[in-house]
Amino acid sequence: MVVEYTREEELDRLVHELKTVKTSDWEFHDKDNSVYSTGKGLNKNVVEEISEIKKEPDWMRRLRLRALEIFESKPVPTWGPDLSGIDWENTSYYNRPDERKTNNWDEVPDQIKDTFTKLGIPEMEQKYLAGSVAQYDSEGVYHNLKKVWEDKGVVFMDLDSAVQKYPDLVKDYYCRAVPFSDNKFAALNGAVWSGGSFLYVPKGVQIDMPLQTYFRMNGESTGQFEHTIVVADEGSKVHYIEGCTAPRYEKNSLHSAIVEIYVKKNAKARYTSVQNWSKSVYNMPTKRSWVDENANMEWVGGSLGSKVTMLYPSSYLRGPRATASNLNISLAGPGTVKDTGAKAIHLAPFTQSKIVAKSISIEDGKAIYRGLLRINKGAVDSKSKVQCDALLINDESASLTFPHDEIYDPTATFSHEASVGRIGTEELTYLRSRGLTEDEASSMIVLGFLDDVMREIPMEFAVEMNRLIKLEMNKLGAVG
Amino acid sequence: MTTLEVKNLAASINGKQILKDVSFTINGGEIHALMGPNGAGKSTLGYVMIGHPDYVVEHGSIKIDGIELIGKLPEERARAGLFLAYQTPVAVQGVKLSAFLRMAYNQLHPDTKMKIQDFYDELRKNLNKVGLDETFMSRSVNEGFSGGERKRVEILQMMMLKPKFVVLDEIDSGLDIDALKMVAEEIKKYYSDQVGFLIITHYQRILKNIEPGYVHILVDGKVVMNGGNDLSLRIEEEGYDWIRGA
Repeated sequence: MVVEYTREEELDRLVHELKTVKTSDWEFHDKDNSVYSTGKGLNKNVVEEISEIKKEPDWMRRLRLRALEIFESKPVPTWGPDLSGIDWENTSYYNRPDERKTNNWDEVPDQIKDTFTKLGIPEMEQKYLAGSVAQYDSEGVYHNLKKVWEDKGVVFMDLDSAVQKYPDLVKDYYCRAVPFSDNKFAALNGAVWSGGSFLYVPKGVQIDMPLQTYFRMNGESTGQFEHTIVVADEGSKVHYIEGCTAPRYEKNSLHSAIVEIYVKKNAKARYTSVQNWSKSVYNMPTKRSWVDENANMEWVGGSLGSKVTMLYPSSYLRGPRATASNLNISLAGPGTVKDTGAKAIHLAPFTQSKIVAKSISIEDGKAIYRGLLRINKGAVDSKSKVQCDALLINDESASLTFPHDEIYDPTATFSHEASVGRIGTEELTYLRSRGLTEDEASSMIVLGFLDDVMREIPMEFAVEMNRLIKLEMNKLGAVG
Repeated sequence: MTTLEVKNLAASINGKQILKDVSFTINGGEIHALMGPNGAGKSTLGYVMIGHPDYVVEHGSIKIDGIELIGKLPEERARAGLFLAYQTPVAVQGVKLSAFLRMAYNQLHPDTKMKIQDFYDELRKNLNKVGLDETFMSRSVNEGFSGGERKRVEILQMMMLKPKFVVLDEIDSGLDIDALKMVAEEIKKYYSDQVGFLIITHYQRILKNIEPGYVHILVDGKVVMNGGNDLSLRIEEEGYDWIRGA
């Protein structure tokens, strides 16, 4: 029995739990239990080998090889954060934890099961989810979809399985929204991708509970390159959630995912991700959606961990009255850079986009908003609204905003708002003089700063975000 | 009986000494007024008492029931029963008044388990008493509040958090006559033999509504004179010059 709380009560309760929260750190690591790895470095043989292991059809093998060529031809981007710490040579691009994939939780190897249990995955599934996929290093180890949805024709499994079982369906969507040529990291993913989810929701099917994939990166210096495709067919409705964690290692790891979301006419899709990679991970995903006539796409993102994140979920509004929104919360902890934002490309009339980006910088953490808004000629009466709010916790904390607007239609309307706040001695002292500890006071200010976003995001996500933010704040000890 | 004792207190900010020698003792059930001209250090005393980190205590002591507060954190002093109603209450963006007060209450009264519902009911009732409507519950602390609203919310906080010693810094500023009456009414209702008050004020106006038993005059960082309410009346008539000259 799940106790129902109103959002107010839940947030209130969470705030109260602040003082009792234990820093149950998930940066624990298991012993490296991959049964197979392609070793360090990347070349044609490695790519062939991955395809071979997966017994892929030839079309996929050829796509991989083409992606590799593009990857090799593209320089590492230098327009953003410093990426010189990525050790391309010493990264292992494929690690397989176990032979089997299963839809029975009991069959998941114990150690991996323990890991996911510690992260609260089975509990989440039971309470909140219509289905889930769990990925450990490169491979999905578990997937499950409640029967009621399976019966309605919903497909939800790791992409590797989908390539085998539904090759034609996969072909229709694979790398359509995100071509390999888009950027070096997308090309890399095309060459070595493994795992990720394939979710297909048939016409008119409206799934009321979210589906979730959980990614866990365990091996040191490994890369995780999942590729996720979500297709919301006409008039359907779906909410897909991703969560990611990794243990902390000395050596840097690389995460470079592709997420493609196709929202067909009159459909509604919501993609929520909570990223809490450890502070040794370069997180470089490419996420993009195609939004057709009268369809709605919602991106909800929480970016807490990682050393460097570059992430700009994009919405291509392709049909009249298509709408998209991005809500993003970035926490740039000590020594980390969050270069995040959103892109909205208006290609059709009466389209609307809304981008809300909230960032929190702690110590020397640096939060950057980088956005692109394009309204093409002919996208008449389109509207866009961008709001960026930054909260700086220490004097050396930094926040930068790089909005880029290209407006080609005179009937378009758009607005930008930006604000920067700081947690000051006066605010903290005032709250403390009423009995709150310094940690509680600063957590409260941080959560308060996020409050308007928290109101708009799904409950289970709000709960998770609250928990993660508090963990982060606790880890830092005294703030201010 | 509960006692707040301030003794030979001296404090500075940015190397500048503001308080030079302040002493007084307030027992539960007593109302004291601290009066003084502008720049005497009245507000500084409030900040020093709550442990504002910008102020450095040079010597002296502040004790509640014999327990030294100097060196203690602001939250520890609050837990000891001290409450300062700010002259200029601070706005805290995004922190909801109701959630903040509940968290503070639970910190200050860990043994009183109050249900969310009961707490909010009491909050609603008290909002009403200080002349504010329920919408304030879900507004950010002091954000966008008028000067008068902030003052009412300070009193509301006192009513909710139930401190033992209440320091009111220029509580009447920003309040019109009717609001002042209302606030004074609530202060008097809260008053009991378990609670001590220190009313910091430049003018005698508030003291017409809440009559102090003891008056201390602060000039240039020192308590230069102590007396009864008649002292405040004389200041109302003659100002502070005669004290400076004395």
